[in-house]
Amino acid sequence: MAGTSFDLQLLNLCAALLLLLSFAMLAQRRIVTLVNLLAIQGALLFVATLLLAWRTGERHLYLSAGLTLALKVVLLPWLLHRLIRRLQVYWDTEPLLNISGTMLVGLLVVVFAFGLAQPIAALASTATRSAIGIAVAVILLSFVTMITRRKAMSQVVGFLSMENGLFFGAMSATYGMPMIVEFGVALDVLVAVLVLGVFFFQIREQFDSLDLHHLESLKESPAFKKSAPPEPVQSVQEH
Amino acid sequence: MKPIEILTQGLELLAALAAAPLFLGWVNQCRAWLQNRRAPSVWLPYRGIRKLFHKDAVIAENASPLFRAAPYIVFGAMLVAAGIIPSMGTRLPFTIAADAIALVGLLATARVFQSLAAMDIGTAFGTLGARREMMVGFLAEPALLMVIFVASIISATTALPAIAENLATQTLGLYPSLAFTAIAFTLILLAENARIPIDNPATHLELTMIHEAMVLEYSARHLALMEWATSLKLFNYACIGFALFLPWGISTGTGGPLSLVASIPVLAAKLTVTGAVLAFIETISAKLRVFRAPEFLAIAFMLAVLGLLVHLLLGA
Repeated sequence: MAGTSFDLQLLNLCAALLLLLSFAMLAQRRIVTLVNLLAIQGALLFVATLLLAWRTGERHLYLSAGLTLALKVVLLPWLLHRLIRRLQVYWDTEPLLNISGTMLVGLLVVVFAFGLAQPIAALASTATRSAIGIAVAVILLSFVTMITRRKAMSQVVGFLSMENGLFFGAMSATYGMPMIVEFGVALDVLVAVLVLGVFFFQIREQFDSLDLHHLESLKESPAFKKSAPPEPVQSVQEH
Repeated sequence: MKPIEILTQGLELLAALAAAPLFLGWVNQCRAWLQNRRAPSVWLPYRGIRKLFHKDAVIAENASPLFRAAPYIVFGAMLVAAGIIPSMGTRLPFTIAADAIALVGLLATARVFQSLAAMDIGTAFGTLGARREMMVGFLAEPALLMVIFVASIISATTALPAIAENLATQTLGLYPSLAFTAIAFTLILLAENARIPIDNPATHLELTMIHEAMVLEYSARHLALMEWATSLKLFNYACIGFALFLPWGISTGTGGPLSLVASIPVLAAKLTVTGAVLAFIETISAKLRVFRAPEFLAIAFMLAVLGLLVHLLLGA
């Protein structure tokens, strides 16, 4: 530790804070705070990209840092906040597992991710290769966030945080993806959020709630008519 | 044993005994200021202890000898703990016998006896407080051990003085792992010392109380010892925090008696700032429901383990 340079220490700090933020997302009950955490995650990613660009002198990293700032810190959180206001959903229901249980599962996931990333890190030649484990952990923790939540909003936030994890992984393994791929992914994410926003309205229109377990039953039953929550269908839930 | 070692050990024990009620008084004073109340004197805990020592003890008819012995055991355990935490100097002869893990065990011993004594009389409040204390304890102890393990791995030893010395002499750097564990330790300190998010130390009549419910049956010298032990516990936790996260300014290695003298104002400054910060945290946070306490401590445990994992992965 004493031998590493200061900017690498800062990068490591960013990586550690990203991991901490993933846990904060896992423990958070309020959707508004969840979106704010996503914005902070984006900001950290921006700082990490800038640091890496400065360290390596790769010009395209500056560009992708700017893209991160515009898209993940400003545009997407703003879109999500607007959606929350218009849909009037400020609270998530209690997650499927209680918070303490989720944390413990999260810790196991992190251990698994670190083990998983070890061979990849051994192959990579970048200075930031030890952060690959953290990137994999962020991806898997976002999965856990999506699995333990019922509401559509928090699932979208989990999805976006997973994308952040992938971005960070690519950055620490190979100093970023080619520019064209990054633009494509950014566009994809933007379109996904827009489409999902439309989806939210449709789901609420149909079921009067954003609870996704309504979508689990495939057959249309008479109970599905507006404002009557459906009976959970036993045979379908087994899938 | 060299004279300087005996000097350090004696000074630390005396300082802990004398300064612990003062530290508690300082925290209470800061809290009163922050809450726009007229602050009580910082010497109030001393006056309380003196007053209690002058009274005659009243003990319930069905109290067993354990009830009488518990205050002395708890106080003794806290005092021994104060002896093995390097608050001023690292050359402590006592620490050969006990490392950081034994320290956690010592604190657990005090907890067990306090809880047993609370259940001894058989009142509803005592049992209730003891159970809650045990619930908080069994969640806080692993978290505290994890915090100590992180510092132990960084400095490759479990002896607290060696950890403090190692961290104090290391080159400055950003340690995310230590930052995480410092936050975890703060949460543990709040929970273990019955401070605000978990328990309110300023109440005697509340259904949610933990610590006060356990000492309700005590009076006079027994109560005085219990109160003194409580303030010693807070002082000890603060000093563990300093040893792990702010080890600068303590007398180490080859320093003479002068460095020991120089460490006294440093410790005083650290305690002053910590007391103010503690009062601030207590003022801005609301008391949690008892059922939320496991969640609070799970966060502390998670942060400590995360610190450990981050250190293992990043080496930072």
